[in-house]
Amino acid sequence: MGEIVIKVESLGKQYRLGQVGTGTISHDINRWWLRMRGKEDPYLKIGEANDRSKKGESDLVWALQNINFEVKEGEVLGIIGKNGAGKSTLLKILSRVAGPTVGSIKVKGRIASLLEVGTGFHPDLSGRENIFLNGSILGMSKREIKSKFDEIVAFSGIERYIDTPVKRYSSGMYVRLAFAVAAHLEPEILIVDEVLAVGDAEFQKKCLGKMKDVSRQGRTVLFVSHNMPSMRALCSSVMILEHGMNVGLGNTDQMIAKYLTGPASVDNEDGIIPDDLSFHGTGEAKFKRLKTLDLKGQPKKEFCFKQDFIINIELEVSKRVENVIVMVIIVSSLGENITMAVDNEFFKPSSYDKGLYDIEVKFEEKLLPGDYSVGLGISYFHTGNDIDYIESFGGFKVLRETESKDMEYPWATVTGYTLPKTKWNIKKI
Amino acid sequence: MKERWDLEIKPQDKWYHLDLGAIWAYKDLLLLMVRRDFVSVYKQTILGPLWLFIQPIITTLTFTIIFGNIAHISTDGIPPILFYLSGITLWTYFADCLTKTSGTFIANAGVFGKVYFPRLIMPLSVLISNLVKLAIQLLMFLIFWIYFLSKGTDIHPHYLYIITVPFLILIMAGLGLGFGILISSLTTKYRDLTFLVGFGVQLMMYASPIVYPLSVVPGKYKFILLLNPVTSIIEAFKFTFLGTGIWNWNALLYSIIFMIILVLLSVIVFKKVEKTFMDTV
Repeated sequence: MGEIVIKVESLGKQYRLGQVGTGTISHDINRWWLRMRGKEDPYLKIGEANDRSKKGESDLVWALQNINFEVKEGEVLGIIGKNGAGKSTLLKILSRVAGPTVGSIKVKGRIASLLEVGTGFHPDLSGRENIFLNGSILGMSKREIKSKFDEIVAFSGIERYIDTPVKRYSSGMYVRLAFAVAAHLEPEILIVDEVLAVGDAEFQKKCLGKMKDVSRQGRTVLFVSHNMPSMRALCSSVMILEHGMNVGLGNTDQMIAKYLTGPASVDNEDGIIPDDLSFHGTGEAKFKRLKTLDLKGQPKKEFCFKQDFIINIELEVSKRVENVIVMVIIVSSLGENITMAVDNEFFKPSSYDKGLYDIEVKFEEKLLPGDYSVGLGISYFHTGNDIDYIESFGGFKVLRETESKDMEYPWATVTGYTLPKTKWNIKKI
Repeated sequence: MKERWDLEIKPQDKWYHLDLGAIWAYKDLLLLMVRRDFVSVYKQTILGPLWLFIQPIITTLTFTIIFGNIAHISTDGIPPILFYLSGITLWTYFADCLTKTSGTFIANAGVFGKVYFPRLIMPLSVLISNLVKLAIQLLMFLIFWIYFLSKGTDIHPHYLYIITVPFLILIMAGLGLGFGILISSLTTKYRDLTFLVGFGVQLMMYASPIVYPLSVVPGKYKFILLLNPVTSIIEAFKFTFLGTGIWNWNALLYSIIFMIILVLLSVIVFKKVEKTFMDTV
């Protein structure tokens, strides 16, 4: 790892909620007048952490607050956080699209940012013309684009349409062309925001490969995504943002595990699910509690290998719901949903009257040793609309040893997550 | 040891930190933008760039009929077509530059919100692509002008002054850019000024000697007209090609100083706004 190429110091960004209207002009005049007299801006002192679910006192919020970090040359830093945690705001400030309110960022080398693919594409121009336009918007010189032109076209796989206006393209072709241009940028520092979530599976694979190449060439990458497997595949370290604050920075696996299990689950014995963990669906029902129990009903965070366990949920239904299905999901430490169970073994919809429910789900599925957490969902059976959804909560561990201590999982690496029920029939022929 | 950083992102730069060098680094983008403006406008049209000729000709004919034939406003003895066309050609450049650059931030919010490049590229590209348009329309004016000269019409151009035409255009460009980006910077938060632009430009045309010569303006109004920095330039243009109009050094100097101060001021404001506009637009 080389020298520090990005240095972020006490960075903060304040936003005003609500409409820009006549009320704002008096604030503006007040601000300007104080600044003219050399006074401090009074509005920087107020403002709250950005928590969307609570109604705040002030209409000023800090989308980012006191962010400090450094990135070394060749590092691939992933940034994770829930929606609204300030990830995109941070990337916007880094790519100079929006200015910070306080603090500073120092950078060595040329930055290119991909907050969107196809920025500046003009629908009436042909693919060829747009490659040049988009490339130079992203900071490439005309010579650079010319020398890579054939490569870009080959990567996009749309040679045949290269002289057709892009407004005639299918959306997939459009995105392919746009990503192809972006993928051939060669800045010292690349900032990427979730652009991998485009195109078909094959193309996504191609994009991921390209990103890996970029980092292998020793260039620095800052990467925001909700996709934990690609995070793990690419990043050398990860930063977690929560309500605009940096709550953790370090080793990729550790940070992802910390993010997914949620900081609350560690010291929360009652298993109460914090309100802000929910993805807030239509809201007729809400998961209140989640505990992992052994078969005696004791709350436990660690289970032995091959031990059965119970997932105990408290569900509050505030209005009768019909044609719904409740789902319990086992989530890996990478954030992948490994397996799931529903409240009805024939996968039929059911209904719940208003009231509080205590649900016990006994798992006989044998999990291989490792860290897991639980995802919960209640949704409408036919439309798939979420009523309430918890991505990941209640982290627990499966140990290597069995309960009766008669055996131990023998290897350091664990392949996969579950132990299927199998029958081996071995004959010598 | 003091570390060297290529770039420092801070809440505000000093007002004199204009970073105009960055524009040079993006000159390829500037040219591509010009090309885009030019190519995309006439895509899917049958007449294509012919529209460049149709617009001023129809305007000139309209003016000839309304102001010449119906209202009988003097043209200082110049054939009406030549008189109106000379004014319209230069005025259109100014008005187009102003109106199009005045929407810089709002029209480009989508692109500006996703990627950084020197924001001044956008208004500059408008200036240049309109310059191409102006060149074509100027050519058309010259064809008419030569036609009338060869017919022996009674006009007395000041041929030597033709070398000043690029400077006149430059002043016009500066004025259009200055007013335009100033308005564009002021409208990111409060949109009030956008309502003014449309009819403001139209009103300003009547405060400039386009449809009438300065010579017919009564003394007490002349003062107002000379406050308008465009006036002296239009007059100088007519003086050069048509021999009428007034070549007034003081008024020209006023326009030049006005333009320089306006451009400086507007670029400073523009640079200040480009940092924060994404939050307020």
